[in-house]
Amino acid sequence: MQIKESSEVYDVIIVGSGAGGGMATKQLADAGFNVAVVEAGPFFDPADPETMTQLKWAYESPRRGKATKFRNFGAYDMAYGGFSVEGEPYTVEKGTEFRWFRSRMLGGRTNHWGRISLRFGPMDFKHKDVDGLGENWPISYDDVKPYYDKVDKLIGVFGTNEGLPNDPDGFFLPPPKPRLHELFYINGAKKSGVPVIPGRLSMLTKKINNDRGVCFYCGQCSRSCSVYADFSAGSCLIFPAQKSGGKVKLFVNCMVREVTTDSEGKATGVSYISKDDRKEYKLRGKVVVLAASACSSARILLNSKSKQHPNGLGNSSDVVGKYLHDSTGASRAGFVPDLMNRKVSYNEDGVGGMHVYSPWWGDNSKLDFPRGYHIEVGGGMGNPNYGFAMNPNDFNQFFGLKVGGYGDSLRDDVKKYYGSVVGMAGRGESIARKENYCEIDPTTVDEFGIPVLKFNYKHSEYEIKQAKHMQDTFEEIIHNMGGQPIGDKPGAERDYGLHPPGDIIHEVGTTRMGDDPRTSVTNKFNQLHDVDNVFIVDAGPFTSQADKNCTWTILALSWRASDYIIEQLKQQNI
Amino acid sequence: MDRRKSIQTIILGAGAGATGLALHGCKTETTGDVDENIAKGAEHYFGRTPEELEDIARLNAEKLFSDHDMETITALSLVILPPKEPNGGPVEAEVPEFIEFMAKDEPGYQPVLIGGLMWLDHKSNTEFGTEFKSATLEQKKQICDEICYHDIEKPISEQPLEIQFFKMMRSLTLTGYYTSKVGIADLGYKGNQPNVWDGVPQDILDQHGVSYDPEWIAKCVDQSKRGDIAEWDDEGNLLT
Repeated sequence: MQIKESSEVYDVIIVGSGAGGGMATKQLADAGFNVAVVEAGPFFDPADPETMTQLKWAYESPRRGKATKFRNFGAYDMAYGGFSVEGEPYTVEKGTEFRWFRSRMLGGRTNHWGRISLRFGPMDFKHKDVDGLGENWPISYDDVKPYYDKVDKLIGVFGTNEGLPNDPDGFFLPPPKPRLHELFYINGAKKSGVPVIPGRLSMLTKKINNDRGVCFYCGQCSRSCSVYADFSAGSCLIFPAQKSGGKVKLFVNCMVREVTTDSEGKATGVSYISKDDRKEYKLRGKVVVLAASACSSARILLNSKSKQHPNGLGNSSDVVGKYLHDSTGASRAGFVPDLMNRKVSYNEDGVGGMHVYSPWWGDNSKLDFPRGYHIEVGGGMGNPNYGFAMNPNDFNQFFGLKVGGYGDSLRDDVKKYYGSVVGMAGRGESIARKENYCEIDPTTVDEFGIPVLKFNYKHSEYEIKQAKHMQDTFEEIIHNMGGQPIGDKPGAERDYGLHPPGDIIHEVGTTRMGDDPRTSVTNKFNQLHDVDNVFIVDAGPFTSQADKNCTWTILALSWRASDYIIEQLKQQNI
Repeated sequence: MDRRKSIQTIILGAGAGATGLALHGCKTETTGDVDENIAKGAEHYFGRTPEELEDIARLNAEKLFSDHDMETITALSLVILPPKEPNGGPVEAEVPEFIEFMAKDEPGYQPVLIGGLMWLDHKSNTEFGTEFKSATLEQKKQICDEICYHDIEKPISEQPLEIQFFKMMRSLTLTGYYTSKVGIADLGYKGNQPNVWDGVPQDILDQHGVSYDPEWIAKCVDQSKRGDIAEWDDEGNLLT
């Protein structure tokens, strides 16, 4: 069969509808361009009662909310997919590890993410200057600051201006008050000299415009907010772009195979497989913006081989797929006897995430690892879902009492210990290394016939030592709270509980930006060095991750790249 | 809306239309509209995709346990967590049905559950000459007393099957009960509904011996102004 080609030539084709694609859609459509958005999953609107999971009870699900192969993070989590997606495999080189989380739906992973919205600081863009490791970004905090400011105001993020050197101030909505377990954490952390400040998350604690609702504190942002009080790319970027009259055409259930090019090597559009009829189609556009996620965009580039681009599009440097890195992650929880026997007289769901956190405080010159991590805090009297009360009296062991048994006393045990656990998770920076990469696995294709990615990734001693520091810190804070660490402390034999690469879902760096086309894929405006009408606005262009989550920087850089695209299109340079 | 619309039926503007639905709500009081939306959605769905609905239908169509097995599961769950007024027990929480569904969903649970049920009847027949479900409460307890404590120093998979079985049954009974409507009422959980969080009540702070730092609280949201649109000065100070 012949590939069906559209007659319409779009000004811009955007591949992917998450944070990066959503922001590019909003900016480019608002500027009057004719935009096509190609998304591999179905349409999704958090306000649609048919797909909504917000405020559902566990008992509305036959599994009581347990995770499934369709939703790895629980039956009510709003990510269609997970670390495995049926029909869309990936492979991993022997002796290495990587876990790749994908969400196939309009808005992508922004529908379920933690909404922790941290700016990178001045040092994060130039960290090589500090410790000689990795590579500096070709841009500085000052280049991105105006865009962070605009993102804050457009999307909304709560937090506080603290004047910290590497955790910049912004335009914050006021934060929610700490919960009970968070007060214990504040006290415990301070005893260890670990600073604690209000969380910085993108939920609306206050009205930001007339189109979006205000947070009603159900604690379920992972289910995507039906009144649009949290940041999801569909509800906050794509729908508003449509509503203000923008020319936005959504192509859903469309899996992009490659970027098509002409005889001069310039991009002419994309080809994709419709998941509904399994036929291949072509879309034509003047500019192609890839925002499919760091690894998916690298995959598309590597699969876009032509006479002009024999090594894959934008890959004359051979750097596409290289320097893949995820945040480090390790966690520990403690049982805090002073949090026992809680009154259940009030609703403490709060926002869907931490009301307080600890930004990195350490001085690496005195530590045996580079770069830092922040601490996320969890706990409280949560919404019972599958797993709740399964071990109703495990904490009896801390009092020398028997664990197990049966009978009416189990009801008392469940209530006695309800809300008495405080959890901590460290999320830190790993060093980007060329040896950690994804590439095309020529032996394997997905169900659409598209060659899949193979991952090669190993943690280094840097990350492992950082995880050790996390574990020591967590244990100390648990003791400071008067608590008992739960379970054995993970030691060297388990890399101190360091999560496998990819597990933290902050994968970045596969199409890194730089001034030198021989060692980087994109320039400082997210534009391919090799092909001037192709841009990448997901986390692929991140030269380095910070000890921050990546979404706020994806949004800021996508906006910045969109401004550049607008200017270049107007000047007819591309 | 058919969420599996293809390229041939491009959904231009569908998003804008759907957005209108929620926008309508934001004009008035947020919470009122949320309730309305939930009520509408909860009637027919719990937010499943077509693939998920198929999967659930497939599992529901399977039969794993015999009527006798189900009666035994019920009998044991009632010993593990006896019903109590006013919030019932495992039967009101549909624990046996939940256990059957989970056993079908997680084939890994099956050897322990099926083997354990056989062990239970064998034990009861040997000791009391009757199947477990027909034994007296005292007899049932006598059997459970032997298997209800596991060795917490050893992985559960290395312990006798009947011990693994009891622990699995207790876990499923407890989680099944406390994720049910009656169980959540018994627990007293007050969330999963629209709310305005304004901090921990004073009596709770007192009970647990903690307090708020006034400087911290001064930075937090003034809930009486949550409906005012945010405005800042050039320095990022909130003005509204």
